[in-house]
Amino acid sequence: MAEELLQLKNIYKNFGNVKVLKDVNIKINKGEVVALIGDNGAGKSTLIKVITGVHRPTTGQVSFKGEEVVIKSVAQSRKMGIEAVYQERALCDQQELWRNIFAGREITNAFGFLNVKKQRKEAEKILRDYIGFTSKAITVDSTIMGLSGGEKQGVAFGRSLYFDSDLIVLDEPTMGLSIQETEKVLNFVKGLKKENKSAIFIDHNIIHVYGAADRFIILDRGEVVGEFNKDEISREELVQKMIQLHESGKIKVEA
Amino acid sequence: MNTLLNSYFVKTHRLEISITIIAIVLFLIYFLGAPHVFTRFPIYRAFMQSMPFFGIIAISATFVVTLGEIDLSFPSIVGITSLTFGLVLTATDGNFFIAFALASALGMFAGLINGLLVTKIGIPSIVATIGTLYFWRGLVNVVSQGSGVAIVDVADGTWHHTLFVEKLFGLIPAQFIWFIALTALMQWVYRYHKFGNHIHFVGDNKDSSQMMGINVDNIKIIAFVQLGFFSSLAGIFTMYEMLYFWPTQGSGLMLTTLAAVFVGGTSVFGGKGTIFGTFIGVLIIGSLESGIVALGLSGFYVQFINGIMITSAVTIYAIIQRKKT
Repeated sequence: MAEELLQLKNIYKNFGNVKVLKDVNIKINKGEVVALIGDNGAGKSTLIKVITGVHRPTTGQVSFKGEEVVIKSVAQSRKMGIEAVYQERALCDQQELWRNIFAGREITNAFGFLNVKKQRKEAEKILRDYIGFTSKAITVDSTIMGLSGGEKQGVAFGRSLYFDSDLIVLDEPTMGLSIQETEKVLNFVKGLKKENKSAIFIDHNIIHVYGAADRFIILDRGEVVGEFNKDEISREELVQKMIQLHESGKIKVEA
Repeated sequence: MNTLLNSYFVKTHRLEISITIIAIVLFLIYFLGAPHVFTRFPIYRAFMQSMPFFGIIAISATFVVTLGEIDLSFPSIVGITSLTFGLVLTATDGNFFIAFALASALGMFAGLINGLLVTKIGIPSIVATIGTLYFWRGLVNVVSQGSGVAIVDVADGTWHHTLFVEKLFGLIPAQFIWFIALTALMQWVYRYHKFGNHIHFVGDNKDSSQMMGINVDNIKIIAFVQLGFFSSLAGIFTMYEMLYFWPTQGSGLMLTTLAAVFVGGTSVFGGKGTIFGTFIGVLIIGSLESGIVALGLSGFYVQFINGIMITSAVTIYAIIQRKKT
């Protein structure tokens, strides 16, 4: 039986009077890639922000590696082994790569001063070994501003790999990327499974999602309305379900 | 020449180089236009005496501006902390430690209130600090009832007076040495401390910073608190220099201080700045008045030329920035 990594039980999240998540129950196993699909406003981004500690759930329980946890901050979720590659890419444009890669977890001495030499050296390693940047145009001193969408995504991936996390959360990782760059991202997701790492993958493109994920969870207006293993459903059927949801507001879940 | 212009150092220090060139040109104008003043030492001693009062606040305010925030309340924080320092020093018959501790704690408390209003209540900093600007100045007036406080009897000739404002070898005012030392320390913190690093990230993109695990609110609060502390320090320096408190103390500092930060090249949009630039900005803004008068122009020109300096400096930076993107 697959080993469980993350479990969300009865998660609710309200922003004021707006109920963004309603009774969400999700389980992610080790080495599994799970796709979250749903329309804009379905609650996908909020859900992953709950998992990564950006938002705290209004009510509900989260367990990670078999233990119940309260994820209070991004720093805590990272420490636990959850890493996020966000839609907004979580990089700061005007700052150099060597600073960006270690933002929020700088290598410092006892007084909080950065170990610049070590941070630059490690960033260099990440650029060459983890991301595979070979161009001399991109160095640890480059700012994010000058990078293409794919390169930015590469930096975000490289960072998540370097910190050796158990669960990688990918929020629309292929958005705005060229076909070639998208291919790289999908290969990266497939590569995670080989290392027995888990991932949650959000993407609007069902073709991308279908190729990369093992399981599909469909969210609609804050609720889980369908869950399918890849062997239970073909790509065409998955597309059909989404169209059905779009048209009628409901999915027929077969027993 | 081309290789020099394309070198890594030049590319990454364009702002600092531009501001230094502006300062050199300005001092050349002083030097050529008024050699009888600028070839002699007293003018430089006067600069060293007066610049640190707003200079140390400008260095500290660079952190807040890099966050994309602003603090307009520091002139009143200087006022209230100077008053506190004066009253406590007289009441304790010259106990420096108690006076310093209370004045600087009050400065930090004032900064904390600014920080909480901005982060926890969500008031834009320009509005919140206009409120606290009036609040603290109003409190100064209420407490002092419009009267001054003389500390000459308890401060003049003491070791703390020497430490703060005495002239080293009879030439260099102690406050200038403090100013240089604090600039160096803050430059180091700004570039190479985790706090300075986070200041850049939060000013650059608050949401990304939060997603990277930076506690955005805490960074902002600490930035306002340190500005409160440095404002109190400026107040204490002024008290030792003047040996007297007057209720409007600090009120003239606002525009010179912020002008030094902006002329220095720190972006009002946040995420980018330079402490070295602010330091040069202080030298420029702090020398304009005497420089202009020494050149034989009347004092009426001071604001006019100040305006030209500030506008041209920020225009140059905007162009450099546009070229980069």
